[in-house]
Amino acid sequence: MTGSGGADTDVITLTHYLVVSTVLFAIGLIGVLIRRNFIIVLMSIEIMLNAANLNLVAFSHYLDSLTGQIVALFVIAIAAGEAAVGLAIIVVIFRGKLATNVDQINLLKW
Amino acid sequence: MLSVALIPLLPLLAVLVNGIFGRKYLKESSHYFAVGSVAISFVLSVSLLVRTLSGEPPITVTLYSWIFGGGFDVHIGFLIDPLSSVMLMVVTGVGLLIHIYSVGYMHGDEGYYRFFTYLNLFMVSMLLLVMGDNYLVLFIGWEGVGLCSYLLIAFWFEKESATKAGTKAFVVNRIGDAGFLIAIFLIAQQFGTLNYVEVFERAHELSTGMATAIALCLFIGAVGKSAQLPLYTWLPDAMEGPTPVSALIHAATMVTAGVYMVVRNHAIYDLAPIAMTVVAVTGGATAIFAATIGLVQTDIKRVLAYSTVSQLGYMFLGCGVGAYAAAIFHLVTHAFFKALLFLGSGSVIHALGGEQDIRKMGGLKAEIPVTALTFLIGTIAIAGLPPLAGFWSKDEILGMAFKGGHQALWLVGMTGAFLTSFYMFRLFYLTFAGTTRMAPEVAHHVHESPAVMTIPLAILAGLSLLGGLLLGFPPEGGWLHAFLAPVVAGEAGEAHEGFGQLDLALMAASVGIALAGWWTAYTMYVRKPELAPSLAARFQGAYTLLLNKYWVDELYDALFVEPSKQLGRAWGWFDRVVVDGLVNGVGRMTAGSAWLSSWIEKHVIYAFLNVIGYGNHLGAAVFRRLQTGYVHHYAVILIVGLFLMVSFFVWWQGGSVGRLLVLR
Repeated sequence: MTGSGGADTDVITLTHYLVVSTVLFAIGLIGVLIRRNFIIVLMSIEIMLNAANLNLVAFSHYLDSLTGQIVALFVIAIAAGEAAVGLAIIVVIFRGKLATNVDQINLLKW
Repeated sequence: MLSVALIPLLPLLAVLVNGIFGRKYLKESSHYFAVGSVAISFVLSVSLLVRTLSGEPPITVTLYSWIFGGGFDVHIGFLIDPLSSVMLMVVTGVGLLIHIYSVGYMHGDEGYYRFFTYLNLFMVSMLLLVMGDNYLVLFIGWEGVGLCSYLLIAFWFEKESATKAGTKAFVVNRIGDAGFLIAIFLIAQQFGTLNYVEVFERAHELSTGMATAIALCLFIGAVGKSAQLPLYTWLPDAMEGPTPVSALIHAATMVTAGVYMVVRNHAIYDLAPIAMTVVAVTGGATAIFAATIGLVQTDIKRVLAYSTVSQLGYMFLGCGVGAYAAAIFHLVTHAFFKALLFLGSGSVIHALGGEQDIRKMGGLKAEIPVTALTFLIGTIAIAGLPPLAGFWSKDEILGMAFKGGHQALWLVGMTGAFLTSFYMFRLFYLTFAGTTRMAPEVAHHVHESPAVMTIPLAILAGLSLLGGLLLGFPPEGGWLHAFLAPVVAGEAGEAHEGFGQLDLALMAASVGIALAGWWTAYTMYVRKPELAPSLAARFQGAYTLLLNKYWVDELYDALFVEPSKQLGRAWGWFDRVVVDGLVNGVGRMTAGSAWLSSWIEKHVIYAFLNVIGYGNHLGAAVFRRLQTGYVHHYAVILIVGLFLMVSFFVWWQGGSVGRLLVLR
């Protein structure tokens, strides 16, 4: 696959980044789906976010546009906030129910 | 001119003050405003009289335009000419004295403030009546005095007879008012204006027939208000009111409004000889008719009431023969001596603690000398003995009637004069002379009235003594005639030929007849008291007839009142059954349709809504199973959804991710 711009001569092409990003996203997704521990789920979400970041930065470089990198910075900031809020919720739940697994928390069913 | 407007406005102000604050705050001091306002009005009236006397032209004061447009303008305006000046003096002067008298007479009455409120309202209306410069203002005053008359007759409304008498007065007056209204309509239609000056200027344009119609309709109004045959029946009953009211309204002022109105409209009457004859005959007939009833009445106030009806008859007799100035002259003197007599009778009633039956009086001369003396002066004045007031005015009317070619009316008038003299002296002797017939417990409390009552009596007695001489001497050429000449100078019967042999003879006849009446009364009630009952026994039929007032009340009851009641009952039935039936039917229809509509609401609309609700309920039972509460279930749904969306998007764009990139 060839693209225009300054990435022509690079050994590592856009495709490589996309593959890595996809792999990271898949790892995060599977982590969210199969792991029970709050902390692990949270970490897996972070991984998925970072997969998206990698995507954004790669396209940014490939398309010679800084917009993607700036969006990535926003994502990182939001991820930090989300981690803080998520951890706080986990701590509260742990204190209240002595639970660390997500399947122990099913209060909001019908 | 402000002072003209103030004359009726000041009593109106007092009405408002007493009416609003009287009950709670003024109470026993209500009379300050009432008497004060009338006193100021009196002073203003005197100033107007002085102004008019100095020969200034009549004043017209227009306050504001009331009805305006279409060429028909009516103003609230006042006309001050000699006639209204004289009336103003009578109304405010006698009114002031009676107001003062009332302070004593009504003292301690529960409705003290109410009494003065009504009395002042009456003054306002009466002043509007005599001051108005057009027929509509006259009519406002006319109705206003009628209303006040009703309110004051029924003043002691706890008494059933009083409320009935008030209603009777009001209803009977309405009959006259209807005639008066028709006259006003006719005048408006004929002239396009209701202003006196304009109407009288153009009165000669009327055809004789129309003039007669207007004059007769006006006279119907006068008959009602001034208690002439056949509408006089309310006045004797009006004596249920407090005595000052009888004096002011039902003797001195309101009942003379009809005379004032006829004199005011003499320009129209002069054009209608038939109407003049009707007025004269009605007046003469009333004069003698009421006098005969007065002969045998035993209630002190009723005797005076019939006497008033009779004297008003003389005034109309004067109007009818064209002696307008003489009629007004008699109106003025009558206001003096009849107010005096009524106030005197009030003083007697006051002294006897409410007793009005002259059979239970007698010998009061020594007990209440001031009242007795003033009452005697009033009696002589009304009986027509010179030189007291009544002689000059009554003699003048009779003289004018004789010289005007109405000898029959003159004879009727003379007979009436004899009867007047007789029943008045009878009243005086039965009340004041002889030995007492009072119940002992009443006799014990007899006392002369306080000064606030006797001073007005004294002033009125003075006026009755000298008023006739001052105002009307020499006969037909006196001060009052000269003063009124610009207003009443008419064609008929005003030709003044000086004082001749004939006049002297007529006067002598008058004096003779008055003396005869006095002598008869003296014989029957003082010298030979046994004569009266024996005469009554001998002329049993006539006596019963008179005692029952010719059964006129009963006749009217049978002829008019009962049929009216029947008609009222019939219409009441119609109203209850037919009109109410219609209304109730409509009501039931509405209720029925409301019931139907509520049934539809309950069984159709609610059912529909319930079906929808139940459907929602069922749907919810299925779909809420999705809500497991497990985070990873939601995550799976989320990811599957995302995958489906991306797949769809890619497929829709053309099949591969690479295409997307190339497109960019």
